[in-house]
Amino acid sequence: MITELEMGKGESELELGLGLSLGGGTPAKIGGGGAWGERGRLLTAKDFPSVGSKRAADSASHAGASPPRSSSQVVGWPPIGSHRMNSLVNNQATKSAREEEDAGKKKVNDDQPKDATKKVNGKVQVGFIKVNMDGVAIGRKVDLNAHSSYENLAQTLEDMFFRTNPGTIGLTGQFTKPLRLLDGSSEFVLTYEDKEGDWMLVGDVPWRMFTTSVKRLRVMKTSEANGLAARHQDPNERQRNQPM
Amino acid sequence: MNYFPDEVIEHVFDFVTSHKDRNAISLVCKSWYKIERYSRQRVFIGNCYATNPERLLRRFPCLKSLTLKGKPHFADFNLVPHEWGGFVQPWIEALARSRVGLEELRLKRMVVTDESLELLSRSFVNFKSLVLVSCEGFTTDGLASIAANCRHLRDLDLQENEIEDHRGQWLSCFPDTCTTLVTLNFACLEGETNLVALERLVARSPNLKSLKLNRAVPLDALARLMACAPQIVDLGVGSYENDPDSESYLKLKAAIKKCTSLRSLSGFLEAAPHCLSAFHPICHNLTSLNLSYAAEIHGSHLIKLIQHCKKLQRLWILDSIGDKGLEVVASTCKELQELRVFPSDLLGGGNTAVTEEGLVAISAGCPKLHSILYFCQQMTNAALVTVAKNCPNFIRFRLCILEPNKPDHVTSQPLDEGFGAIVKACKSLRRLSLSGLLTDQVFLYIGMYANQLEMLSIAFAGDTDKGMLYVLNGCKKMKKLEIRDSPFGDTALLADVSKYETMRSLWMSSCEVTLSGCKRLAEKAPWLNVEIINESDNNRMEQNGHEGRQKVDKLYLYRTVVGTRMDAPPFVWIL
Repeated sequence: MITELEMGKGESELELGLGLSLGGGTPAKIGGGGAWGERGRLLTAKDFPSVGSKRAADSASHAGASPPRSSSQVVGWPPIGSHRMNSLVNNQATKSAREEEDAGKKKVNDDQPKDATKKVNGKVQVGFIKVNMDGVAIGRKVDLNAHSSYENLAQTLEDMFFRTNPGTIGLTGQFTKPLRLLDGSSEFVLTYEDKEGDWMLVGDVPWRMFTTSVKRLRVMKTSEANGLAARHQDPNERQRNQPM
Repeated sequence: MNYFPDEVIEHVFDFVTSHKDRNAISLVCKSWYKIERYSRQRVFIGNCYATNPERLLRRFPCLKSLTLKGKPHFADFNLVPHEWGGFVQPWIEALARSRVGLEELRLKRMVVTDESLELLSRSFVNFKSLVLVSCEGFTTDGLASIAANCRHLRDLDLQENEIEDHRGQWLSCFPDTCTTLVTLNFACLEGETNLVALERLVARSPNLKSLKLNRAVPLDALARLMACAPQIVDLGVGSYENDPDSESYLKLKAAIKKCTSLRSLSGFLEAAPHCLSAFHPICHNLTSLNLSYAAEIHGSHLIKLIQHCKKLQRLWILDSIGDKGLEVVASTCKELQELRVFPSDLLGGGNTAVTEEGLVAISAGCPKLHSILYFCQQMTNAALVTVAKNCPNFIRFRLCILEPNKPDHVTSQPLDEGFGAIVKACKSLRRLSLSGLLTDQVFLYIGMYANQLEMLSIAFAGDTDKGMLYVLNGCKKMKKLEIRDSPFGDTALLADVSKYETMRSLWMSSCEVTLSGCKRLAEKAPWLNVEIINESDNNRMEQNGHEGRQKVDKLYLYRTVVGTRMDAPPFVWIL
């Protein structure tokens, strides 16, 4: 799973950077190790000791300044255009997905083999869509192409927002119990905005239809999601063209 | 010159084409200003918010070509929120109302909508050329309007845009009567392509010189396309996966041999390396090769291809070519002027990445090299000193050491001396990007020696405000300064406010400038737009009473003759 982090609205001064990991499942862990270890992971101030200490020193000299910027994880670095970055990341996703398939490890939940998904309907969903969660300052991005099912995606999101391993900066901090995003039993539900700008509950349409129509995701408090009925729409109806 | 009638002067001005020169002659006297403005056909606006459509049309009523740039450069790296601005709609509306005879529109980092494209396509009878670079906000429906309505379309060039693909049939919207295409580049489209419509379009476009396909165009289609466009000069290959024994591949080889005008090759968005040899027969003619998206091709295949490319002037490649591969480039490509080496594997390290050795080899082997963008794992001062000695003709020197703050890996020293050598030797240097461990010293060198420097990109560098001051005081020709994660603050920002009038823009993010510093600047310089991009909670900046001393996340300031812009989103404060 490949994730990219992005600043959203909120109070934290954390800047989150590009983290890559091989294969699916666990998110990139934050902390420890050399700068570019065997597994890609999010960079922290530990990796840039001079950055951390310099800035801490400078901040301290400003009387009454805001608290020193905490562990700089690096947004927008290395300076590669986002178009190129998407392409690079997609390539690595395909490569690792293929590697896993070859190794026979990957369980494909989709109704089509993952490799073909990219080409069968001709559409390659490029990389990232934004994910925001109610109450969390920082939005994230997730690569839909690296997922094959709703369960997959829910797991990724859960790891992103709720996993609090030692050394990991949990984005929400206060949530420690697992989230069941898809079965409606927890405090949160997963919703998405489709191409027509409507917000819908995730999970009602076939996975591939979902990936072609989703624009962005939001992990919403169940209490707020009451107004959102799951809509069962005719696929033909949903293929209205946008007005020119 | 004033003894000549205006028509004669105007005729002389026709030979003056560069924007800089035209701007200069318009300042000579009132009469020249007047003649120049009526005769200027190509207008370049480097920052769309520096002026507005009304002023543009008042001054240059006869314009035929407009180039506009929107978002600041760091938007490429996701540092600028999508909704920041740079909308082309008001420009197109104004141009349409004024009935100016627009023929060409070139946009970079702007927000373009389908509505804008539709309006554009219907408003200008002679519209010929649309070039969109790193733009967003539109879909293939917008392209369909352009295809359908622009009767004399010559160029449709889409470079690295974010385009929503609507499974539409935009290619079939080109009427059968459209035979004027010279450039068709849709490599950045991610969706399906109607291959039949594409082939028919290419077949009826005898003037087609540049064709860049997206990844949905497979090899057999490529073979057919090349067969009906042997006059092609610039080709972007889409998907390139096939069995080398197949009939398609044989047909492709035959078609390629006939493309004797082919000079530029790019794409290979999905590529199987063993088929690259099909292109070997035409390699000796190539002047430009871009394999920077071909992540699946390994170094050895790249090298085999490049060994045939003796006339190469421009090479964009991935670092999977390795230092050894760069040595081959150095010994083969003696005409090389521009090199870009991109990282292929962000997971880091690996034996195939490039180091300072590759850079030195290139500098030693390619005497005509003047532009370089080099991503690498490590660098040394000694290497940079050697490079400076070998290549004193650099115009653009952009070095990106992947790990921020990394020192000389042999001496553990900062890279001040290395970059210092570059700026001292390269007297024509116009653009410079720094990386690695750097102190204020490097900026002292830059201020002292980089007299022609127009654009400087700084990240994770410097110690104190002195660094930034050296640059602002020393680089007389500075136009665009962009800084991130460096300890420069209000003192440097405010030292010489009039300097910003001579610059197009200044970007500072994650530095030490404070809100009160920015406010003071805005007060002193009403002819500047001082924008604070504040993505965190808007209220927080004012909340805890230390308002003025809050550090500003992102500062973007630029000179303007039209004051505060009205289209800024809520998270952008214009002071």
